[in-house]
Parts: sequence; C-alpha cells; structure tokens
Amino acid sequence: MELILALAIGVLVGSGVWLMLRPRSYQVIVGLCLLAYGVNLFIFAMGRLYVGAAPIMPKGGFVDPTAYADPLPQALVLTAIVISFATTALFLVLMIASRGVTGTDHVDGKERHS
Amino acid sequence: MVEQNLLLLLVLTPFVSAALAATLPIGARNAEAWLAGLTMIVALVILGVLYPAVTDGQSITGTFEWVSSVGLDLTFRIDGFSWLFMVLVAGIGFLVILYARYYMSPDDPVPRLYSCLLAFAGAMSGLLLSGNIIMLVVFWELTSIVSFLLIGYWYQRQDARDGARMSLIVTASGGLCLMVAMIILGQIAGSYDLEAVLAAGPQITIHRLYPAVLILFVLGAFTKSAQFPFHFWLPNAMAAPTPVSSYLHSATMVKAGVFVLLRFHPALGGTDLWFMIVTGIGLATLLLGAVIALFRHDLKGLLAYSTISHLGLITALAGIGTPFALIAAVFHIVNHAVFKASLFMAAGIIDHETGTRDMRRLSGLARAMPVTAALAIIASGAMAGVPLLNGFLSKEMFFQATYVWNNGSFLDNFAPYVAVVAGAFSAAYSLRFIVTVFFGPPATDLPHEPHEPPLLMRLPVAILVAICLAVGIFPQQVLGTWLQTASFAVVGPDLPHFSLKIWHGVNPPLIMSMIAMTLGAVIYLIPRRVIDSGEDGTRIMRKLDFAHGFDWLLQMLTTRLPRLALRVLSANGLQAQLRAMVLLSLAASWFVLRTLDWNVPMPKIGANELVFALLWLVGGTCAVGAAWQAKYHRFAALVLMGGAGLVTCATFVWLSAPDLAVTQLLVEIATTALLLLGLRWLPKRDKEIPGDNNLAARARRSRDLLIALACGTGMTALALAVLLTTPGASVGDWFLRNAYVEGGGTNVVNVILVDFRAFDTFGEITVLAIVGLTVYALLRRFRPAPESVERPRPQLDAEEQALEAYLFVPAVLMQWMFAPIIALSAYLFFRGHDLPGGGFAAGVTLAVGLLLQYVAANVRWVEARLTVLPVRWMASGLTISAAVGAGSWIFGYPFLSAHAQYVDIPVIGKVPFSTAMLFDFGVFSLVLGAIVLMLIAIAHQSLRVARPSDTGKELK
Repeated sequence: MELILALAIGVLVGSGVWLMLRPRSYQVIVGLCLLAYGVNLFIFAMGRLYVGAAPIMPKGGFVDPTAYADPLPQALVLTAIVISFATTALFLVLMIASRGVTGTDHVDGKERHS
Repeated sequence: MVEQNLLLLLVLTPFVSAALAATLPIGARNAEAWLAGLTMIVALVILGVLYPAVTDGQSITGTFEWVSSVGLDLTFRIDGFSWLFMVLVAGIGFLVILYARYYMSPDDPVPRLYSCLLAFAGAMSGLLLSGNIIMLVVFWELTSIVSFLLIGYWYQRQDARDGARMSLIVTASGGLCLMVAMIILGQIAGSYDLEAVLAAGPQITIHRLYPAVLILFVLGAFTKSAQFPFHFWLPNAMAAPTPVSSYLHSATMVKAGVFVLLRFHPALGGTDLWFMIVTGIGLATLLLGAVIALFRHDLKGLLAYSTISHLGLITALAGIGTPFALIAAVFHIVNHAVFKASLFMAAGIIDHETGTRDMRRLSGLARAMPVTAALAIIASGAMAGVPLLNGFLSKEMFFQATYVWNNGSFLDNFAPYVAVVAGAFSAAYSLRFIVTVFFGPPATDLPHEPHEPPLLMRLPVAILVAICLAVGIFPQQVLGTWLQTASFAVVGPDLPHFSLKIWHGVNPPLIMSMIAMTLGAVIYLIPRRVIDSGEDGTRIMRKLDFAHGFDWLLQMLTTRLPRLALRVLSANGLQAQLRAMVLLSLAASWFVLRTLDWNVPMPKIGANELVFALLWLVGGTCAVGAAWQAKYHRFAALVLMGGAGLVTCATFVWLSAPDLAVTQLLVEIATTALLLLGLRWLPKRDKEIPGDNNLAARARRSRDLLIALACGTGMTALALAVLLTTPGASVGDWFLRNAYVEGGGTNVVNVILVDFRAFDTFGEITVLAIVGLTVYALLRRFRPAPESVERPRPQLDAEEQALEAYLFVPAVLMQWMFAPIIALSAYLFFRGHDLPGGGFAAGVTLAVGLLLQYVAANVRWVEARLTVLPVRWMASGLTISAAVGAGSWIFGYPFLSAHAQYVDIPVIGKVPFSTAMLFDFGVFSLVLGAIVLMLIAIAHQSLRVARPSDTGKELK
C-alpha cells in the first residue's frame, strides 16, 4: 500500500514538474493540476495511511486516537484542494487573456528566438 | 501622580498642537505663532513646576501601560540632565517660533512649518524623557523624520530635496544601528528600562558583545551629532529655512547624539575603547569642522561647520568621561545652543534683509544694521571663546579637561595640542565672520538695500545674546545651580564640588586660550585676501568631499548594484525561472536529507492491495498521458488529467478520508468545466510548432525530463521514508480528543476547519474571493484570440434551434436535476459538522448545479429565469464569517471562538447547531459566489463576442 502510494505521488509530481517546465501555457496549467494532486496526496500521506478506520467519531466521551484517521492532514488538504482550484482558475484566465493579447500561447508571451 | 501626568503632558502637548497647527489656514501666521508659542510656554511652566523634584539626583518616573506583554510600556522619566535639555528645547523653541513669524514670507505655507516644528519639539521631548530605551529609539527616529520634512520644507528646490534625503538616510541609518545596540543592551541588562540599563554598567563593559554594542551605539550618536565621517549631512541640511537650522541643526536635534553619549556614559563609558573611539572621533571632528568653517563663504555653511566642530568638542569631553569633563560637556551643550542659535538667527536676518548669505558680497553691514551687528559680534565672540562670554568658560573647562592627565595614552597626550589648534581656527573663523560681514566699505551690489529688521524679529537674538553675557559674567549666579542639578544626574553622587568662576588665575587653560586667540588672529589676518576671495575650501578639502562620496555610494547601492544583480542573476523568461526554482528546491532537499539514515524496511505488498495497484496503474498512466498529450491534444490531456483526479479521489475514499473524496470530486467537476470553457478561447493547434523537433528542443526536453524524473523519484523516496516509519504523537490526536467536547461535532475534519483553525479558513476564503474578483476583472477587458472569435465549428453548422435539439434530452435531465442538487447541497451543508460534507462541499455542489443550468440552456434563457448575484454571495459570505468571528468579542472571547450545542428543530430532528455553523454558512456562500462568478464570467464571453461576430468582425 505504502509503496504504491509513494510511487503514485512520484509519478504525479514527475509529470507535473515536467509539464510545468514546458513552454506552452496550457501545459503549465495541466502540470500545476497534476502537481497539486501529487502534493495533496503527499500531505495527506504524512498522517500515515489508515485503511478502513472510522472517519467519524461517536458522540461524546473520550476516544482512542489510534483507531481513527489523522484529521489534521485531511483538513490541510481540504483547503489545499480549494486553493489549487482557485489558482487553476486564475491561471486559466491569464492564459486566455494573454493568448488574446500576444497572439501566442508561449508562457513568455513571445516565441523563443531560435 | 500629578507629576507623572505632567510628564506625559510634556510629551503629548506638542503633538496635539502640531495636529492643530496643521489644520489652520495657510496664511494664518499670527495664529500659528500664538499656538506654537503658547505650547512652548506651557512646556516651560510644567518644567518650572517639576524642577524641585529633579534636584540632587532625584528623578520622576511615570509609567503608562501600553503593550505590557512584550515589556513595552510608555515610561517617561525626567531627571536634572533631561530637565536642563528640555528647558533648551522649550526655551529656544519659543524664541525660534517668534523669530519664524517674521522670517517666513507671507507666501510660504506656514502651517506645515509650525506643525513640523511642534512635532519636532514633541519628538525631542519624547527622546529626552523616554524611560525605556526602545522608546527612546522610536522618538530618535521620529526626530530624523521630522527633520527630513523640515529640511525639505521648500521642496520645490533641488538642494532642499537632496539635503533632506541625505540627512534622513544618514541619521535614520544611524538610528537603526542605535536600535540594534539598544536591543543588545537590553538583553545584556535583562531589561529595557533606562535606569536598569544604566545600573548594569559594570556588567555591560565586561560582556563579550561590548565592542559591538559600543560601535553600533556610537554609529547612532555620531550620525545624529554630525561627527566625522558622517558630518557631511549637516552643511547640506542648511537648505532648510533658517529658523529650522537654528532650532534643529544647531541647538537641539544634533545635540541628541551627545545627549545619548552622556546619558549612557554610566552604562557604556569609562573603558579604554570608549575613550579611544569617542574622544578620537570627537577631536578629529573638532579640528576638521573648525578648519573647513574658515574656508566657507556661505554664512550658514560657516556656522554649520562651526556647529560640527563644537559638537566634536562636546563628544571629545564625553569621551574623556571624568566628572569634570562631563560637567564641562553639559555646560558647553547649553552655551553652544545659546550662542549658535542666536548666530543662526542673525545670519537669517542678514539673509532676509540683504538677500544674500555670501560673505564675498557682504561688507560693512555695521552701518546699515548697527544693533544686529552688535548682537552678532557678541555672539561670535562667544563662539570664539572671548572672555566675559559664556563660550569662554566652557572652552576653558575643555582645555582644562584635555590638559590634565587622563590615561597617558598617545591620544591623551595629543589632545591639548589639537584643542589649541582647533581653538585657533575657531577664533579665526569667528573673526572672519565679524570682519567681512560688518566692517569694511559698505557693499554696493546687494540684492536688497540693508536695514534693521522688525524689532520682534531681533528680540530672540537679543535675548539669547543677553544670556551669553549674563552667563559669561555671572556664571555661578545664572547657571550654577541648574548645572549642578544636571551634572548630578549625569555623574552621580560622587559629583565633585565645583564653582563657575571667570578668573582662576593664570593657569594652563588660560595660557592655552591666549595662544589660541593670538594664533587665530594670525591664521585669518595674514592670508586674509586668499581666504576671502578664493573658492570654497582648499583643493584638498574639495577632493575630500564626503557628500559626493555619499552620493556615489548611494548611486552604487540603489541603482548600479541592483541593475548589475538583475543582469547577472535574473533568468530570462518564465521557464528559466521555474527551472531555477525547481533545481534550487531539489538541491535544498538533497542538502538537508543527505545525512538521513535511509535504512527503512522494505514494504510488503499483499494480495488485497492488488486492486489499489491496478487503480494507480490507471492513474499513473493517465498522468503520464496527460503530460505527453498536453501540447498538441489539449482535450485528450484534459480527460486524462481528470482520470488522474478521479483515481486520487478514489484513493481518498480508500484511505478513510471521505471528506476529501467529496470535495475532490466536486472540485474536479468544477475544474473540468472551467477548463472546457477556457479551451473554447484557446485556438486549436492544427500544425506543428516550428522548430519543435530540432536538436535544441529535444535537448531541452531531455534535460527537463531528467529534472522531472529526479523530482518524482525524490518525492517517492521521501513519501516512502515517512510512510514506513511509525508516527510519533500527532497533533491530530489532540483534535480527535477535543473535537466533540469543545467543537461539538463528530466530523473532526470539519470541526478543525470551522472551529479550531477557523482563522486559517477565513484567510483562505478571502483568497478565494480575491481570485474570483481578479478573474472577473481580467475578463472585463477580455480580447479573445482572433482565431477563436468565430463560433466553434459545431455551432456554425447548426442554427441555434438545432443546437438545442441536439442537446435536448440531457438538457431536460439537467433542468430536472436542479432541485435535487439544491437539496443535496443543503444536505451536505447541514450534516457537515457531524458527517462528511460541510460548507466547501455544499458551495461547490450548488455552483455545479447552477453551472448545469447554463450548460442545459442558453445563457439568456437561464438569466431571464434565474438571477444569480455572485458578488453579493461572496460579499455576504465574507461578511457573515467575519461577523460570526467578531461576535465572539461580545462575549469576551478571542476572534472566531465558537459555541456549540444541539438544537431540536421540528420535523428535521436534532441538528448540531453552533456558531461554527454560521461561519460555515459564510464559507458556503463565498465558495458558491466565487466559483459561480468565475464560471459565469468565462461563459459570458460567448455572449459578448457573439454579438459582433453576428454583424461582422469588429474586434482587432
């Protein structure tokens, strides 16, 4: 389980980073999304993996923390998901606006001179 | 208590008056002068009342609570020394205000001048009366800022702006050094209280940080008091109106440096290092200032260098540090303030009445303005140290202090000679001032016909000169007790008995004084013509122009070096920058992690994980596929990316994180819809990009592939390393234990978001709101790419009618789903506190529901039936969250404290209700508003562009 998830994170981050370094703005957007998946999973994994642990507590009283999934990374990731959506939206609009103004979809707004 | 309040009043009154003065009409010169003058008189009266409480080493301390938690209280303290200084500030302040009333022309905006002068008096009082060393630095910097404003008073003049900037940079940088010194001092002494620091002297001087503290401290004092090599700002500050020069740059502000030198002498002084630095620099400044002053042709320039020289004298006395030297220092502070203020005023009168300050043009003024001439001559006599004037007495004391054996070092042996030579130059420039300006043939080519100024303009000068005479003739009667009081506060209880006398008999100081006088006359009178007509200063002096050096340094630091850094360090283009960031973070992680023990156990893979592995086989393929296709097949890449997202979502379900799964799924939908809308405006790429397959491009791709592989491998290794170690105690455990008891909810993730860490969430939804508005703003001026202005191909083929028929069944389904989606959203919202769901999920759900309506029918149809006001949703969301948070203040709890209980609602049953839920509603409302705003803003572009494209292409 751990190995698979770690590999998954690696693949997502690797694909994300590669795309992020590409020259076309759409590639960068897709790259950021993939990177976000990878990073979110990574943060989530920092709380360790709990298969089949109850996510919701019973009402009242003292609970044994080891029987439940770690809630803190989950809370962090929840906000991270929303924020990455916001960045994607912002970058998307920048992309189409920049395409309209500069006439190219290169991230620098001009084609490479070569 | 009355005394403490008076102390506070002493500092506050000038600031209040400054605010009042700033609001008076532009031309109200008389009202301004009355207001400012009365303020000074109030200060003098308060000082008079306080005097009995500061004699014999007593002091008054008043503490007013401010930020006690970090050890900052408003502590004000007055003792004999600060009392005497305060009398100078208020007394000379009063005279300067009277003088300024007649000096300033009716065209000048006087409220600004008086307001700044009063603010300066307040800042100076704060500096003198601070009982806390950090507060002292705050007021110190405040005086620098006000000084900047005053030097730049005539801001239309280039020299005023340059002088103001130079003085601010020099003195404020010095102030920063002083602040660091004070912080270290406070740390060593264990308290920032002035008295505690002064009492910790022995502890400070043996501390290993003592040299550093001392150097930082003197940097502060020397920049303020214009000591070599920071003296150059003072002559440039002469662009200020003369009342300002007279008040700030001779009598009070520049004395702040020597004030702290004397004040902190018990804490920092008495060591060899102190003697070498302070006396050494003081003597150097004394000599340098006196020599340069002789060669200045500008009256104010001469006085400025003379001020520098006299400040050097006081600094040297502070460095010598014997009780006798300290008494002399205090005495000379007072004397210099009195005669120099009067000289500046006299110079201002000459400038005012003749139109020039150039000594090469002025001549024979004694005939045209005999009274002013008499006053100025007496004051210059005091400056030169002529007997029967106050300057003579303190200069004798200075000679005495340098003459007696102190510590036998080279500097100590050398000091009397420097003192005599500097005294000679001082006599020479005073003589030059008197002879060239007032004697000789009357000048003929002056801009104005010289005559006596108004009586009241001359009155301040007359008063100051009378003080010079009174102190010079009856020193003990006029100033003896006050000096005794002030010196007691500086030196302490072992103050030797002293008595100010004019005649001590023929002793070494008198002989030194006579040598200096004679030598001074010779120095000036013999090469007189050369000095009078030559250029400013000798050739060496012009070469050693520190002001130019400063300008060069400033130019270097603020323009050339940054440009060089930009050229050398900046990456050209986004790709290079991103690459640098990725590589840097790779390197940083490697550097941190290289020493880590990677001896982790090999993971076991059981049979039941086969499904998970298969799941990620699909997910990984999707991710790599998206990366591969994103350049030429955007739509395919989008679908593949969605696949990776769905697998991520499934992973969250698998690993006991239903909340994340719900949110991820919903956000996935919204993201895909958004990207699809965006793709409409990104022209399809039909042909290969030129040069995409040449060697250079391939090399770049291979290089980036290597970087990406390294990142991916690194993340895998890192994740694995963490996952295979057993966790220690987690913060999460605390949340699990307390979520129900304190937050009143069983869904811990939601409780963390809306209760425990609600402030983070608050910040985050604010970010979301900002992004929403930015998107909206960016799209208002949107210009689409020319290729995508046309309607998409499927729409071109069909009429509007046909399009609706094409989507008929899905459209009906989507419209039917509207109500269920609203219900789902409400359901997710209400169960959020106890079960997976919550404001985020509910908001995104409803946004998706609205989006579906837009997809199902055309925009106009939807908006005719449904009014969505996303900006209002956002605004109310933010307002509700903030109001809920602020509501807890009413009950005396910190911002965003939540209160929870269950409420029995008829029909629905028991519902967890807490203020956190209201907060969550704010989150819901904002998320809904922001997402709808973004989606609709993009969707609306079709409408805007459709119109021109119907009638013909107008864009571009």
